[in-house]
Amino acid sequence: MEAVKENKDLKTQEYFVNMGPQHPSTHGVLRLMLGLDGEIITKVEPHIGYIHRSIEKMCEFDNYRQIVHLTDRMDYLSSHMNNEAVCLLIEDALEIEVSDRVKVIRTIFSELARLSSHQLWWAATGMDLGALTAFLYGFRDREMINDIFEETCGARLTMNYNIPGGVMFDLHPNFVQRVKDFIAHFKTKLPEYDELLTDNVIFRMRTEGIGVISKEDAISYGLSGPTARASGVECDLRKSHPYSAYDRVEFKEIILEDGDAFSRYKARLLEMWESMSIIEQLIDNIPEGDIEAPTKALIKLPKGEFYQRVETARGDFGVYVVSEGGKSPFRLKFRSPSFSNLFVLDHIAKGSKIADLVAMMATFDLVVPDIDR
Amino acid sequence: MSTFSPGWTMAIEWMIIGITLILFAAISVIILVYVERKVAAFFQLRIGPNRVGPYGIFQTVADFIKLLMKEHITSKKADKFLFNLAPFIIVTAAFLGIGAIPFALGLHVFDINIGVFYLTAVSSVGVLGILLGGWAGNNKYSLIGALRSGAQIVSYELSITLSILTIVVLVGSLQLSEIIASQETGWWIIRGHLPAWIAFVIFLIAGTAETNRGPFDLAEAESELTAGFHTEYSGIKFAMFFLAEYLSLFIIASVGATVFLGGWLPFHIGTWAAFNNIMDYIPSIIWFFGKVAGLIGIIMWFKWTFPRLRIDQLLVLEWKYLLPINLVNLLLVSFIALMGWYF
Repeated sequence: MEAVKENKDLKTQEYFVNMGPQHPSTHGVLRLMLGLDGEIITKVEPHIGYIHRSIEKMCEFDNYRQIVHLTDRMDYLSSHMNNEAVCLLIEDALEIEVSDRVKVIRTIFSELARLSSHQLWWAATGMDLGALTAFLYGFRDREMINDIFEETCGARLTMNYNIPGGVMFDLHPNFVQRVKDFIAHFKTKLPEYDELLTDNVIFRMRTEGIGVISKEDAISYGLSGPTARASGVECDLRKSHPYSAYDRVEFKEIILEDGDAFSRYKARLLEMWESMSIIEQLIDNIPEGDIEAPTKALIKLPKGEFYQRVETARGDFGVYVVSEGGKSPFRLKFRSPSFSNLFVLDHIAKGSKIADLVAMMATFDLVVPDIDR
Repeated sequence: MSTFSPGWTMAIEWMIIGITLILFAAISVIILVYVERKVAAFFQLRIGPNRVGPYGIFQTVADFIKLLMKEHITSKKADKFLFNLAPFIIVTAAFLGIGAIPFALGLHVFDINIGVFYLTAVSSVGVLGILLGGWAGNNKYSLIGALRSGAQIVSYELSITLSILTIVVLVGSLQLSEIIASQETGWWIIRGHLPAWIAFVIFLIAGTAETNRGPFDLAEAESELTAGFHTEYSGIKFAMFFLAEYLSLFIIASVGATVFLGGWLPFHIGTWAAFNNIMDYIPSIIWFFGKVAGLIGIIMWFKWTFPRLRIDQLLVLEWKYLLPINLVNLLLVSFIALMGWYF
């Protein structure tokens, strides 16, 4: 090494690489400006805005029923939970009492959506790290959930199933049986995920000790969801601020201590087991009742400020509405989990390799439309 | 002048052989690509190509026609000469190897006395094409990919050579026909005890790395470097890289089959005369291609199961594990060969 240092003629130079806006592992139009010294990352600067649709501004011109549908287009994998946040906010503001049936249906759907989101994340993580087969395994099981959604509400991804005051349709007669079939099926398939990826030596080498986020960093960067819980932060809104039917089910908040890419991975896998257990507790006794509380055709929120948070598959999703009493909000702001989760990247990626950056981004489970809105 | 002069006869003979080899290579690559896609589909719970022709067997043909008809794009700031030269170097390197492979009893184009040395030497020329292509494209992703590939192939070249040397020590010759002849009484993997097994496993790992295939596809690393060293290539030039990749896969599998698994020799068990007779009825070319197919299957299995390694882990695997094991193994096998402890 000494000899290399003495040679003054040989100079290395840092260079920049644009990772994105079109890049296989940014999962959308995200641009990361990487400062590189050989393979070593010196700087990560996320440049966002390529898929900005000004959803928040659009909401100021739409009525409240329309806003629900716009939230689908942010985190499209947690579209049901995003819808739920807006509906809960409206119901809370207007003091609409929704029936137990609606609460339970919403919870089951949320957990199914969380499962399907995590399955897609697992599939994409495998692909990012080069295990191409994982991708199709994840999609196989996700397909069953999508079919269940499709049967009840006609859509597979952006479902628009929640409406202020309830849900749009009653459950399909096959729903209970199909969910039970799916749970039975997926309980045998989840261990397969472990066999294929979790226990793989190369996968462990690529993720263990990579991109470590300390508990303090996780809190100060405002991380949420499984990304924060893998660093030991207790932030599950389903536990701390229960909404819908989460107060009547038993489940464990997954808290891991290491904060590296592998524990973020593990946290999501364990969360899938918890989601299945939540669904199992609710599926057998869905209460009877109305699926929709009576609401006015044109919803007007009283004057004031309202805030509602839900736990989506990626973390803490918040809706903040300032109302002047009109049919659309005066100001509206979404707090999206992926946005906060992305910006810790520069802090943890310094000094690691390009391949590590891919592993970190994969375990953040970023959805770019959620970052840009 | 009713006959050709000997010089012309020679020239025409070599021409026919050359064209046959190129045709054989092209066809085998088309078949390999189809097989790879079907194998991948099998691993991934899919059906795979099934539209063009029965069971989709003409899918790769259609794909190659598409690639041939695409526009050649050379980016503005590329080093045009090197950029266009690189695919030819890599394809030539891959083609050169084909001639030295003994396909069957008597089906062996040139049987030089340094066959093994020739094959390893020629296969390492390919890295030159990768480095040039990555450099000349004037793309940072290509450059990173090319440099990764340079580090990788230079390292794994050592392992692959040393693992073949293990068998060469037992045979005492570098000539491929002699290596095969020495396995008349049993394949080296059976006769060579533990050292041959270790060498075989190392050969498989290093061979996978040598062909730039997953889990060692760092030069390409789709999710990191978009397409690695061939990011800037399109159309027929990309097809050439593609061709070379599958051709080198075939060559590596052929070398493995020849050196460790007896080449075109049938499988014999000691004194079971009846069984051995039955085995002898199977033509030698089927034995050879069967073994090659088996090895290719294993290498494809790797690719569709394992995640990709990181560059430092890749080099650590080579320099800290495979190389020392290989060197000790070589000492061990030399000792065994000296004492005559193999059967």
